[in-house]
Amino acid sequence: MATDNKTLMFNGLWKNNPAIVQLLGLCPLLAVSATVTNALGLGIATTCVLIGSNFIVSLIRHLLPPEIRIAVFVMIIAALVSCIQLLLNAYTFGLYQSLGIFIPLIVTNCIIIGRAEAFASKNKLLPAILDGLWMGLGMTLILVVLGAIRELLSKGTLFDGADLLLGDWAQCLRIEVIHLDHGFLLAMLPPGAFISVGFLIALKNIIDHHQQK
Amino acid sequence: MIDAIIKAMTKNALILALFALLATSLIGATYWLTQDTINQQAKIQLSKRLDQVIAPQSHDNDLIKSCQYISDPALGPNPPHLLFLAKKEGKLMGAAIEAIAPDGYSGNINILIGFNENAAISGVRILRHNETPGLGDKISKRVSNWVDAFVGKKPTSNQDPRWSVKKDGGDFDQFTGATITPRAVVKAIKKASVYYQAHYAEFLSLNHPCGDL
Repeated sequence: MATDNKTLMFNGLWKNNPAIVQLLGLCPLLAVSATVTNALGLGIATTCVLIGSNFIVSLIRHLLPPEIRIAVFVMIIAALVSCIQLLLNAYTFGLYQSLGIFIPLIVTNCIIIGRAEAFASKNKLLPAILDGLWMGLGMTLILVVLGAIRELLSKGTLFDGADLLLGDWAQCLRIEVIHLDHGFLLAMLPPGAFISVGFLIALKNIIDHHQQK
Repeated sequence: MIDAIIKAMTKNALILALFALLATSLIGATYWLTQDTINQQAKIQLSKRLDQVIAPQSHDNDLIKSCQYISDPALGPNPPHLLFLAKKEGKLMGAAIEAIAPDGYSGNINILIGFNENAAISGVRILRHNETPGLGDKISKRVSNWVDAFVGKKPTSNQDPRWSVKKDGGDFDQFTGATITPRAVVKAIKKASVYYQAHYAEFLSLNHPCGDL
């Protein structure tokens, strides 16, 4: 398996993107992508957990008997998520309240255990960290694109509530693209998220197809 | 043969126990480091919210220090509930009660309700909820002004027909796609308000201080 940075980046962001190719972690992807701010917040939190878990798993990969490796991975991931939750609660209170239940749900995000098992447990420290970074960013990218599509259709804005994530200065990031009296409700609901993901996957396949020709 | 199995089991159990210990100490350390900040954040948040539901010029005491524990089924599950007394020269000028709506879409909703000296509602803020982002979270002031509809109102009894959402024939807006959440909040505020009108005369003689919040 190629482990140089460029390959890992291409894998995470495009070829083997966790959200639209591996289709892992659909629960947070669909539930939290209603606005760009929430999507970005959860994306960053997931990326942090992913980097941390890949790092630790790669570090201890020679110490673990194969029979109990999954149990240990689960413990590491759960501990990291709990720590991130406490840190978010302490330093970004507003975001913590708006992400609510989805932070503990990072534990169940299969991307994390998937990467621990498929990559980090077989690779050296640096590639494992890079893999965590790019896979996390790949997921964040799709989350944010999805969040932008859904927020535009349902509210006509972008970055609504960004101050919760980035501090008060970020209020100026809010863009009202179009004024909607009645947003497109379906875009806000989970089915809208499913349909949007479908379109994104289709778009990716079309691009890939074109490039092959 | 059996010896080898027992040996492997002991070894794996020890490794698992070691990782459990490490994971727990990681969480413990993070908790210890963030605990003060989290408590402080919660306190700042609470005192901000108190100023929003009770006009600061209406009283001359420190609301957080005036906190008393009260218990009544009308205030929802998980007693005791918090009561904050607004006093001017020793006279009761209003109060804020923390009530819990148990029948939201996803778990309890903690609501802070302020009352003025006429026992009418002077402000409402949602302290904690897990309602669906984009749908039920419009009860939260940072998402919409919905809670302002309660200001100045005073239910005559628990049967007051105007105290329900419009869909049920009442005065309060429901949200497109989310009726359960506003219905639960309206009901909880109505019950707390009726409780307040019946009991506020006794508040000054209460003696269950919350101590240091």
